Amino acid sequence: MKARVHVMLKNGVLDPQGEAVRHALGAMGFDKVTGVRQGKVIDLDLVEGATKADVAEMCEKLLANTVIERYEIELV
Amino acid sequence: MRAAVVVFPGSNCDRDLAVAFEQAGFDVSMVWHKDASLPQGIDIVGIPGGFSYGDYLRCGAIAAQSPICKAVVEHTERGGYALGVCNGFQVLTETGILPGALLRNAGLKYICKTVELKVETSNSVFTEGYNAGDVIGIPIAHHDGNYYADDETLAALKAEDRIAFTYTDNPNGARDDIAGILSANRRVLGMMPHPERAADAGHGGTDGAALFRALAGALTPA
Repeated sequence: MKARVHVMLKNGVLDPQGEAVRHALGAMGFDKVTGVRQGKVIDLDLVEGATKADVAEMCEKLLANTVIERYEIELV
Repeated sequence: MRAAVVVFPGSNCDRDLAVAFEQAGFDVSMVWHKDASLPQGIDIVGIPGGFSYGDYLRCGAIAAQSPICKAVVEHTERGGYALGVCNGFQVLTETGILPGALLRNAGLKYICKTVELKVETSNSVFTEGYNAGDVIGIPIAHHDGNYYADDETLAALKAEDRIAFTYTDNPNGARDDIAGILSANRRVLGMMPHPERAADAGHGGTDGAALFRALAGALTPA
């Protein structure tokens, strides 16, 4: 089984990379974009029987820094 | 006085930090990231700058989970002294020893230059060689030095006089111009600028030497 973890900066934490992408899109003429946030996607291969709680513990301890980031877990 | 300097794969300021400690009179032991304990009887542990574990995942995140960092956490929980510079500051925040986090520089660029720091407090073994309000020139060299903490944490840092240094001309977007902070017991300092790169006349500046001299004066053999 697999899990996909999305890690994003929390709302309110400035994302300079997302801002740079937004500026670039604007400069290219994509005038329908009002905001960009950039994050990470981490795919995990898991043994059968692993739970969302197992992945949440991994997120809390390593995959995300919960001071600045939030995470979402998809089991796939 | 004895100091230990941690060496991770990717550390590149470990020898500079060791020399700065030595010039101030410390006996220095280098400790490897796989070591599970610090040498007996050390007075302070230094976490150097560099790119520990390639800065994979987040700066300092993998280093924070290394065997030696568990020993560093135990050392600080016992009231031991620690100094983290640059990547070392990032490691200290990732272990939770110091609050907050270091984000990508607001201007997105790696910055390597000497900047002016204002000494915000002389009330610590690290900063008692300065006067509060002194402005000193110390080099920075980082891509992720933009200090972030939530409003509540910032208020606590201010109320407890735990902001050690601020930038006079904020280079990286750090909240409240913060360049370095102290732990609640004032025995751990994390800072993005490199005092060990301003500790010898050959460096072009010696404003960082007072930090190591003050440490040497304050720490008695354990």
